[in-house]
Amino acid sequence: MGKWIERQRNIIDFTLSSLLRKKGKNISLLCVYTLVVLMLASVMFFVHSIKKEASMILKDAPEMVVQRMIAGRHELIPLAYMDKIKNIRGVQSVNKRLWGYYYDPVVGANYTLMVPDHSDVPAGNIMIGRGISRVRLAFPGDTLEFRSHDGKIITLEVKKTLSPESELVSSDLVLISEDDFNRLFGRNRDSVTDLTLHVKNPRELSTIALKISEILPDTRIILRDEILRTYDAVFNWRGGMMIVILLGALLAFIIFACDKASGLSQEERKEIGILKAIGWETSDVILMKFWEGMIVSLSSFLLGILLAYAHVFFTSSMLFEPVLKGWAVLYPQFKVVPFVDASQVVSLFFLTVVPYTVATIIPSWRAATVDPDSVMR
Amino acid sequence: MRKSNFFLIGLAICTILLLLMFVHAFFKREAEAKFIQEKSEMVRMLGLTDLCLFTEASYTRHLSQADLHTPFQDSPMSFEHFPSGSIAAPPPSLRKINGKMD
Repeated sequence: MGKWIERQRNIIDFTLSSLLRKKGKNISLLCVYTLVVLMLASVMFFVHSIKKEASMILKDAPEMVVQRMIAGRHELIPLAYMDKIKNIRGVQSVNKRLWGYYYDPVVGANYTLMVPDHSDVPAGNIMIGRGISRVRLAFPGDTLEFRSHDGKIITLEVKKTLSPESELVSSDLVLISEDDFNRLFGRNRDSVTDLTLHVKNPRELSTIALKISEILPDTRIILRDEILRTYDAVFNWRGGMMIVILLGALLAFIIFACDKASGLSQEERKEIGILKAIGWETSDVILMKFWEGMIVSLSSFLLGILLAYAHVFFTSSMLFEPVLKGWAVLYPQFKVVPFVDASQVVSLFFLTVVPYTVATIIPSWRAATVDPDSVMR
Repeated sequence: MRKSNFFLIGLAICTILLLLMFVHAFFKREAEAKFIQEKSEMVRMLGLTDLCLFTEASYTRHLSQADLHTPFQDSPMSFEHFPSGSIAAPPPSLRKINGKMD
């Protein structure tokens, strides 16, 4: 065993000396390789973690949302619909939701205004998300002005800011009392934004949805499963989109690596010939090339993974920020929870390290099996 | 010192860091569990349906509540923010925020 280890170490020593002779080329290869792994691993970590977190947070979203559609647009739903839905067997409870959007011209951002069901927001007061507090510099005790539907200015006092930990769901939220909501939007009191319902047996959800669409054909139903699937699809899509962007860089790297690994230069062929002439076996040459591939790819892989972890979970995906923020003025400040597992790292290993190492060995094996005399000529 | 020693030590350090990465992820998940629970509780209490990720337009703010007709409806001149907004950063002049409030 000791002899075997010593042999490997000798070959690593030799390989490192050989790599260091072409320092510039190999260091640049290492950097590009690390960068490619960094980007791929960052996308993988970010997308997987945000999807997992979304599924955990939204697992308590309403089982079913019923909205009224008129001429293809979402309209307020009459409260009379509540009774009709309540009468369907299997429906446990029906709740109304009052919410809407308010465009704030001061900062150029849209807020989501919502009336909490179990209201602890007194009239004249609001609770605001951290994002709004940040862009409007508003804190408990301060007042914010809103322009109502009839052009009047309504001044509301900030009672509380929502916790910073909840920013991922509440950054742009304004919790408001029903009276203030009505004053602001001039709502018809017979209608609400939409209805949510709970059913006794979750397996009956699709049957109940079918019944609602038969009784109330002008409604559309959104199931919790669909909400969760939406987020799955969005992050898949966004992840895929980033992969598409990275594909250009990846292809350039593949060409670079193939050129480096598969096309042995005359100098390298000569080196192999000399090694064989002084007594190296074909297996020794292949072992040397194996270590050459491993040194470059394994180092890049490990560095890339570690940098990607730091990038996504310590710097809040600094490099992806402009893409994720898009046009938004109001953006939540949050750190993704690291839902990282070994399968992700293993799949990245097989995607990056194995192909490169194989691409290094095969041409060397071909060169090592020919006569040293002809190679040196 | 032999060159192979440098390489093997570097490899060992990176491998230990890789293992520490999983340890960190585990403890971070444990520490964040109560905050995820808090968010989940808020979702349940308020009947929320969406994450507050893309606030640029109503249909990107509430992705699950949007329908096929919503893009371009915010105003006649409005651009389709999504998906173009995801790959092209908007011009800085359009994201200009007015002066600070105090």
